[in-house]
This record gives sequence, structure tokens and C-alpha cells, in this order.
Amino acid sequence: MEILLAVITGLLYGAGVYMILRRSLVKLIIGLILLGNGANILIFLVGRIVKGKPPIIPEDSSTILDTYADPVPQALILTAIVISFGLQAFAIVLIKRAYKVVKTDDLDQMNTTDEYA
Amino acid sequence: MIAHFLLYPLLFQFALAIVLMFFWRDTRIQRRLSVAGSGIALLLAGFLFAQVWQFGTVTFQAGGWQAPFGITLVVDMLSATLVLLTCLLGLAISIFSSASIISERAKFGYFPIYHLLLMGLIGAFITGDIFNLYVWFEVIIISSFVLLTIGGEKPQIESAVKYFTLNILASVIFLTAIAVLYGLTGTLNMADLSVKIAASENKGLINITALIFFVGFGIKSAVFPLYFWLPSSYHTPPAAVSAIFGGLLTKVGVYAMIRVFTLIFIRDEFIDNLLMTVAVLTILSGGFGALVQNNIQKVFSYLIICHIGFMIAGLSMHSELALTGAIFYMIHDIVVKGNLFLVGGMIYKIKGSNSMKELGGFYGSYPKLSILMLIPLFSLIGIPPLSGFWPKISLLQAGFEDNYYVLIGFILLGSFLTLFVVAKMWTNVFWKASTGIPRKPNFKYFGDLKFKDKLNMVLPIAILALVSLYIGFFAEHVQLLSERIAFELSNTSGYIEAVLGKIPPVNP
Repeated sequence: MEILLAVITGLLYGAGVYMILRRSLVKLIIGLILLGNGANILIFLVGRIVKGKPPIIPEDSSTILDTYADPVPQALILTAIVISFGLQAFAIVLIKRAYKVVKTDDLDQMNTTDEYA
Repeated sequence: MIAHFLLYPLLFQFALAIVLMFFWRDTRIQRRLSVAGSGIALLLAGFLFAQVWQFGTVTFQAGGWQAPFGITLVVDMLSATLVLLTCLLGLAISIFSSASIISERAKFGYFPIYHLLLMGLIGAFITGDIFNLYVWFEVIIISSFVLLTIGGEKPQIESAVKYFTLNILASVIFLTAIAVLYGLTGTLNMADLSVKIAASENKGLINITALIFFVGFGIKSAVFPLYFWLPSSYHTPPAAVSAIFGGLLTKVGVYAMIRVFTLIFIRDEFIDNLLMTVAVLTILSGGFGALVQNNIQKVFSYLIICHIGFMIAGLSMHSELALTGAIFYMIHDIVVKGNLFLVGGMIYKIKGSNSMKELGGFYGSYPKLSILMLIPLFSLIGIPPLSGFWPKISLLQAGFEDNYYVLIGFILLGSFLTLFVVAKMWTNVFWKASTGIPRKPNFKYFGDLKFKDKLNMVLPIAILALVSLYIGFFAEHVQLLSERIAFELSNTSGYIEAVLGKIPPVNP
């Protein structure tokens, strides 16, 4: 399972970087989404994967004696997902607006602010 | 010491933003509330600063969860100073916005978002938890996206695409670094990380994580190969927005870098050399970039990059004295850079242009304003009694003590480039004969404004100029403060004890 997740993380990062390097606006956003998901799976992976052991203290005990799944990475991922939802929503509105205003989705055409003026 | 009052500036900005949202359409009330609220926030930040100055580092464990399990908010001297400067710049720019932001922009929530941005900045400065720092970074960038795009003009949208992409990329890289660090140490609390990393055996992987952090913060703070988003975006929004971006946003990246590389990671020669190389290249690229530009706001954008190089240089020398210089420089830079963008905005409002070729004769037509604008410009170069001069003494002295002569050479070169750029700007904008810029239709010139609005635009420049005069003429106060901050940063045990209680014994 770890190896599969590691490979998926690598693929998501690779695909994300590739998509960011494309010239189309939509592919840029897709690249950012893939990168964000890659980071989320990475957090999940480094928190050690433990199957079927929730971090709940049994009623007749005051501590967990067995190994248990670390809840912190999941909390982190949840936060990161919520944040990236917001950012992606903004991103999609932004590219729609950019397409309307600049009338192209080619990133190479969007260089007027870099020009000497 | 556990204290609630360290939350007040943060919560106040949040409450203010919410209250402002209730007056969504009524921009007149928004303008007044924003200015009054920023004034109160400055008082709260001043109170926090006085408390920390008197009693030392204060901490707050969110939800009563003891560190390292919950989120800890920590205000040491560095955080308190930066919160104070944020609120100071916040007040000045709020006054400037109240006069210069047109209703078309204010109607789409400029003021609430502005205060949310300030909240994010304060949060980033006071948090003691590395993941919480990520969350505050996201609060900052989402607010800054809105401020950058509000108004929806073509250059704004274009620059927003670049700004947006690179900032999200930086966040993802930062998140990746946090993930690896959590996997290595199993903690997110910065003080706890410091203890655990000192005891860790896996030095190789920790150094790699340090570099991932460096890339993430490097994009945010616009260091050498990662700065291209900055000069292509900072000149596009209204001057008030540029001022808060230029004054504080890149400094958050520098703050994070200083925090991470003094508290969490143990620096080796490789990291020091890397920081130093990057600092030199940042100074050069910023300085030469500023030389060739024509748009005033773009020149200031490149000067931000150049001066970020000075702070990284101070960090890279790895001594308390150098850190003193870097901190002093940061304090001076926040006030002066914020002010310069306001000056640029003022010139645009008066003349309707920011192009150095078109502008001219400013001193002839506005001698008093020109003298006022001279103060931040000369402070930036560091003409001796003014504020930019004093931190360079510490930086150079630290360089001489540890024999970093090449770095000293480049810091001096950076100062000369700044001098040259400002001199060029002074002759072009203030002395050269004006070529006569065609008047724009539908543009509200400074001359058409009411007296109250005129005053509200000059006042913040005057306030910030006074503060930079204070930093210059009472440099011993700021030097004392910077020395204390540098001492706290170099001796991390005080910070760690404030967060974790006594330092727990480490079992490797």
C-alpha cells in the first residue's frame, strides 16, 4: 500500500509540474490541482498508514496500548483540501475572467505587464 | 506567561472585517470605520509590544491543549515588533485608501478584504505552529488575490494569473516540506521541532527538507531565481494595495525564513553558502532591474527584490550581529517601502502617469510635497542620519568580523545601485522639465479632490516619513530592539521554554 501511494504521489507531482509548464490557462489550473492532491497524499503517506486501528481509547482503559492511526495527518489533509477548494474556485473564476479580458488562453500572450513601459 | 491579550490585534482585525461586511454598499461608513478600526488595532498592537518588551515572550495555547499537542501562538520580540509595524502600516494605508480607492472598487469589498489581509499577516507573525503558518499564508494569499484583481482591469487580471500560479506553487512546496518534516519528527510545533531536530539522526533528509522550505519561502519573499512574479504584478493594482504588498507581503516570506533557519534547522556550511549566494544574486538582479525600468512603481518593485537580498545576506552570515542588521533593515524597509509605493500613487494621482519619461517638473509645481517625498527616498538609500544607514553598519561590521569581504562588496554595490536609481528618479521626476502629459478623461486628478481627501492622501505619507525619521534619528532605540531580537533568535532556549515549559529530556 505504501509503495502504491508513493508511486501515485510521484505521478501526481510529475503530472502537475508538466501541466503547469503547458501554455494553456486551463491546463495550468489542472496542474495546480494535481500538485495539491499530490501534497495531500504525501501527508497521508508520511503519517504512517495503519489499517483498522482508530485512535479511540476503549471504555475500560485510560490509554491506547496498541498501535493506532495518527489522526493529525488526516486533520492536516482536511484543512488543506478545504483551503485548496477555495483557491481553486477563485482560480477558475480568474481564468474565465482572464479569457474574457485578454481574449486568449495562451499564457505567452499575457506578457503586457512584463513589457517595458 | 499565558495571556489572552496577544490575540487582541488578530481578533480585532477579524471582527472589523466582519463588521465592515455589514456595510457592503455603504462605502462612506466603510472608509470611516476602517480608519478608526486601524487606529484601535495600532493601540492594541502597541499594548502587546509594551507587554512583551517588559515581561518577555508570551504564549497562548489554543483551546487549552498543552504544547506540543495543540496550536500554540507565541509572541516574542520579533513577532511583537512585526505586529506593531503591520498595524502601523495598516493605519497609514487605511487612511490613504479612504481617499484614493474609488467607490467602484470599495463596493466590491475592498475594505473587509484589506482587514482580512492584515489579520492574515498578524496571524503569520504570531503563530508558533508550522502548519498554522501555512494556513495563515493561505489567508494572506487569498486576500491578496482579491485585492490584486478587484477592479478587473486588463493588466491586473494578467498579473494576477502569474501572481496566483507562483504563490500557489509556493504553498504546495511549503506543504510538501511540512509533510516530510512531520514524517521525520511527528510534530508540528516549532519549538518542539527545534528540540526534536537537534536530537535527530537523519541529518541528510532534514537538510533536504530545509531546502524545500527555502524554495517555498524563497518564492514568497522573491529571492533570486524565483522573483519574476513580483515586478510583473506589484505595479498593477491601486497604489494603496501595492503599498501593503510591497511593505509587508514579501517580508512575511523573509520572516518565515528567519524563523525557520534560526529556530528549527541547524545550519551547516552548505546552507549558509547557499543563502549567501542567493543574497548576492538577489541584490544584483534587483539593483540592475531597477536601473533599466521606466515606470516608478516597477522601479520600486525591483528595489524590493534588491533589499530582500540585504536581509538574506544578514541571515546568511550566521552571527548575532549580522542578524541584528537584518532585523533592523527589515524594520526600516517595511516603513519605507510602504511609503514609497504611496508616493508613487500620489505622483500618479497628481500627474496621471507613472512613466519617468513623461513626468517632470514636480519640484517646481509642488515643492513642499517634494520635500516630504524626499524623506522616504533618501531613507531608502541610507544617507547618514536617515534610517537606511544604520542597519548597514551592523551588516558590514558582521561581514568584517567573519571575513565575508565579497558579500560586503555586494552589499555596498547594492547600496550604490539604489543611490543611482533614486538619483535618476529624482532628476527625472522632480527636476527635469515636464513634457506635458495629455489629460485623461474620466480620471479624478489630485487637484479635483476635496480638501479632506487631499489631506487623507498626504497624511499617511507624512506619518510614515515621521516614523522613518524616528528610526533614523533615534537609531539607538531601534538598534537596542534589534539586538534584543537577534539575541532571542540566536539563543532559542528562551523561546522553547516559553512554549514547552522546561525543556524535556530527549530520548533519541
